Amino acid sequence: MMHISILLISLLGMVFIAAVFAFVVLNSGPRDEDYGGISTRGYIIRRWWMIGLCAAGVLVSVWSLIPFPLQASSAESPRIIQAVGRQWSWELASNSVEAGEPVRFRVTSQDVNHGFAIYGPDDKIVAQTQAMPGYFNDLDVTFEHAGKYRVLCLEYCGVAHHAMVTEIAVTEKH
Amino acid sequence: MTTTELGYATPEAQRAPVVKLYLGIGLLVFAGLMLVGVLMRAAQGAAMLTLAPDVFYQLMTLHGAGMVGTAGLAALAVNWYFLSQHVQLNPKIFLATLLLSLVAVAMIVGSILLGHFAAAWTFLYPLPAFSLGQWSKGAALTFVGGLLLLGVAFLLVYLDMGVAIVRRYGSIARALGLPMLFGREPIDATHSPTVVASAMVLIVNVAGIAVGAIVLIMTMLHLIYPALAPDALLMKNLIFFFGHVFINATIYSAVIAVYEILPLYARRPWRVSRPFLAAWLAVTLMVLAVYPHHLLMDFAMPPWMAIMGQIVSYASGIPVLVMTAFGGLMLVYRSGIRWDAASSLLVLSLFGWAAGIIPAVIDGMIHVNLVMHNTLWVPGHFHFYLLLGVLPMVLGFASYLCANGQQGRTGLVAVAVYATGGTLLCLSFLVSGALSVPRRFAVHEESWQWLGNVGALSGGIVLIGTLMIALPILQKLPRARLASTGIGARA
Ligand SMILES: [Cu+2]
Repeated sequence: MMHISILLISLLGMVFIAAVFAFVVLNSGPRDEDYGGISTRGYIIRRWWMIGLCAAGVLVSVWSLIPFPLQASSAESPRIIQAVGRQWSWELASNSVEAGEPVRFRVTSQDVNHGFAIYGPDDKIVAQTQAMPGYFNDLDVTFEHAGKYRVLCLEYCGVAHHAMVTEIAVTEKH
Repeated sequence: MTTTELGYATPEAQRAPVVKLYLGIGLLVFAGLMLVGVLMRAAQGAAMLTLAPDVFYQLMTLHGAGMVGTAGLAALAVNWYFLSQHVQLNPKIFLATLLLSLVAVAMIVGSILLGHFAAAWTFLYPLPAFSLGQWSKGAALTFVGGLLLLGVAFLLVYLDMGVAIVRRYGSIARALGLPMLFGREPIDATHSPTVVASAMVLIVNVAGIAVGAIVLIMTMLHLIYPALAPDALLMKNLIFFFGHVFINATIYSAVIAVYEILPLYARRPWRVSRPFLAAWLAVTLMVLAVYPHHLLMDFAMPPWMAIMGQIVSYASGIPVLVMTAFGGLMLVYRSGIRWDAASSLLVLSLFGWAAGIIPAVIDGMIHVNLVMHNTLWVPGHFHFYLLLGVLPMVLGFASYLCANGQQGRTGLVAVAVYATGGTLLCLSFLVSGALSVPRRFAVHEESWQWLGNVGALSGGIVLIGTLMIALPILQKLPRARLASTGIGARA
């Protein structure tokens, strides 16, 4: 599950940083007057730490950016569904989709910025894009499972922002 | 301090009073706005308290604008205090900035509480003009005008700081250490890290506030002449550039407290070096270039900007993790440091900053942003920066100045309480984000509410810790003789 792995990876990183801090705090005494010696060793660790971070950065960037994640899906002629946000409701050209059918939501807004986020039957975000006045953002989604999906607004848009919800019924493939 | 140093420095008697005023007001406001935060989390938990959505969104706007502004002012006080050791600053201008800011605060608070303005502190265009009856045009204009006045107040003191820096160092670039970095001048070990950080903050924040002023004026014009409607994506770019730079400048200002005070505790120097200068030049450029990571879900943006946003987002964490956090840890390791309220707050602040980078960098990845953008993951990472980074820097500074850090055992217990509450609060946000709980929702679904309650309780613990640290400081503050010399050996 993507959401939980993101959380676990972050927690792992933070625990690592906490452990390094704890190690240093627990070893803050007794005083070693030879700071020159400590910093010489520190600089060696720092260099490898820096090289490691840079290498990890290059690897993760290449792995996560190629192919470019926001590219339109390769599906030929996906079904296009217009999605218009306004304070405080969604208007979808169609609220029913078939599982496995490539869909392209063409998202815009009539008034202020909204966020078009699709929540799965398990109440986790599947994908999202911004709904902006004057722009159309194309969001490609292929619903894998049948069930009740919901669209929530994820860009604060005023007093009923949290109530700006609509449903998408995903039916089994014929 | 050498005689030339003294010749440039602001006279000691002039430095303290205004800084005390900033700190006194800042600590009180922080505590008040924390309470607002706790109320919001409790309302999301729905067990202890319910708030009508319009009230919730007003409080949200108040908490956001208030915390950002107060963090800015408190971090400015840290920056001004230590920079004034190196250059001649004008305390009257510094005071004028505070007074203007207070007028701005009155406008902002009034527009929210009396005018019911609730378009969030980011005033995302064109929302201020589309309240659907919740607030008037006048309330929106007052809020936006208040932010503009706050910006003017900052620019005023930055002008004084810039002129003073140029007078002593010749140019901002030289204060940033560029001639030393590029080998045109030898490394001067007496060049203060404070001056380097101040130069960086000046460069980025003047740019940030200038862009902020432009977008605020455009918003005002749009409110007055609705036909004059600027492009929404352009406005979004300007707002996030301004917001990102301004809030980042708070941490790069406040970290000066760590550079100045931690070495006194560790009895070891924090000197400039070529890697140090390179790191600060890098963050200067990256803080200006990274804001597109806020716009990853705006598919209308050119792809190269999204790619740059992701890469710079990762890269901008490296100088912190490699230079500042690591440097601080090296200073502390086997130093025989005296652990008191001030020193532990400063080390906590480095931890909060470093740890907060991880969820930030991960969310800066386009793949992750598709499912985490505008969830509570986002407040999760920035509360690490602000609540466990900037604020402990400010509190550590205040504790050191007023009490020489010596707040006894209560001081250490207070820091432990604060750190525990803060970490739990941040985790409650991050877990919420991983469960796709949206940010900025007045009403939470039942399955999300337990996290709101955990958050409210954690926030309550933070508030208790803050009061335990801040109340003794506030008591001593009026009569405190600000510490300007080193820390004694371990007690
Ligand atoms: Cu909304």
